[in-house]
Amino acid sequence: MDWDWTYTGDILPDLLDGLRLTVTATVLGYLIAVVLGLVWTLLRRTPSRVVNGAVRWITEFIRSTPLLVQLFFIYYVLPTWGITLGALTAGIIGLGLHYSTYTAEVYRGGIADVPRGQWEAAVALNLPRPRVWFDVILPQAVRRVLPTLGNYLIAMFKDSPLLLAINVTELLAAAYKAGSHSLRFLEPITLVGVLFVLVSVVSSILVRLLETRTHATD
Amino acid sequence: MPPTETVPGDVPELPKKAAAAPLPAGDAPGLRFEKVVKRFGDTTVLRDLDFTVAPGERVTLIGPSGSGKTTILRLLMTLERPDGGLIWVGDDTLWHREKKGKRVPADQKHLHEMRKQIGMVFQQFNLFPNMNVLRNLTEGPVRVLGLSRDEAVERARQLLDLVGLADKIDAHPSRLSGGQQQRVAIARALAMRPRVLLLDEVTSALDPELVVGVQDLLRDIARESDLTLLCVTHEMNFARDISNRVLMFDQGRIVEEGTPEAIFDDPSEPRTREFLRAVRAS
Repeated sequence: MDWDWTYTGDILPDLLDGLRLTVTATVLGYLIAVVLGLVWTLLRRTPSRVVNGAVRWITEFIRSTPLLVQLFFIYYVLPTWGITLGALTAGIIGLGLHYSTYTAEVYRGGIADVPRGQWEAAVALNLPRPRVWFDVILPQAVRRVLPTLGNYLIAMFKDSPLLLAINVTELLAAAYKAGSHSLRFLEPITLVGVLFVLVSVVSSILVRLLETRTHATD
Repeated sequence: MPPTETVPGDVPELPKKAAAAPLPAGDAPGLRFEKVVKRFGDTTVLRDLDFTVAPGERVTLIGPSGSGKTTILRLLMTLERPDGGLIWVGDDTLWHREKKGKRVPADQKHLHEMRKQIGMVFQQFNLFPNMNVLRNLTEGPVRVLGLSRDEAVERARQLLDLVGLADKIDAHPSRLSGGQQQRVAIARALAMRPRVLLLDEVTSALDPELVVGVQDLLRDIARESDLTLLCVTHEMNFARDISNRVLMFDQGRIVEEGTPEAIFDDPSEPRTREFLRAVRAS
């Protein structure tokens, strides 16, 4: 089977539309993941045993079940209780929720790595709790875990094709559609691979740039 | 104040007039430990410890490692909680508060109030590496004391002049030598205008050639201000310089106390003599 460039040109716009959805879902999902992950981590440090235990149980549960099952749950089961979400919204929430349990672990490690002397200096300066967290501890913790957080962005991006299972016409779904229409899969599926590599490589470079920039300001 | 030429390791003379502004002033509280007990696991570090520090007095704690000296400072800074006894700062108990005429364990609010009088300089400096020098010095005054940004910056400038680092105001701590970092840490503690200053082996982590500069600075600050000073050190000359009284600790108890001259030149307890011999030999 030879590569058909005309056909490639024909399907490319549809695939780029798919890629746009993939990137949208990844970026928005990632925002949820980095914010919610931090919320989990901070909640686990509250003095309340009930909150601590509940959060621990919830995150453990989410982390131990497959993302695909969670997507199905959000998209197909929640409407039973009157919560109906669009496919893309459900996908974004699913990705964000799932990955928030991983970023929570990342933050936890980063916070544990901040030297004890930093906490003690903050107490000695009599800083109130929120200032200790947001001015002293978190900036240092986040800097430490930035590369790991970046890796989760790329991992999440590579998991985004799962969204086709809930009818989001992301990149892979767009390619599948084009392929089943013409019964030629070589070009669309190859293009999916190429586009994924391109975006992954570009984002790794961006993540690395961000890393060197934050280190430069040390 | 004119910019001062500084050679590394050399501290500029304290300008008498300007010094009055940045250094904390006002009534310094005395300190009193009353049957204080502190345990770590099965180890009792302090057992029924009693001692008093008069307002404005400068006391150095010496003794072998593990004798509980640093723990005393950490209890005062509320970094450790005592297992028994009372710690008085002025007329208030540090770890307890009055409630309906009864003494109950302190809550965060009480600790926050009490900590306003106390400052600490650490062995490892513990500057905030994510902030530049200026922000390290203004964070507390702005966030805790409620100073305006301009007031806090002005206070930071005066203190950096005092410690001879006016030109490092925008530098990040990682760009500074250990001695410079410790001077910034001293300025940071003073920026909060504490009435009690705790010095925890402040030159132990410094390269030998930087030790004297930091010690001279602290000695000048101690003489110029009326702070109540509590100092833990292994540098006996520094202890002699900075304090009016020396307490010799061993195994969580005070073995001997007296003026620096009495302790260093004519110790009466065998344990003190033994310790001083060991320190001087090293």
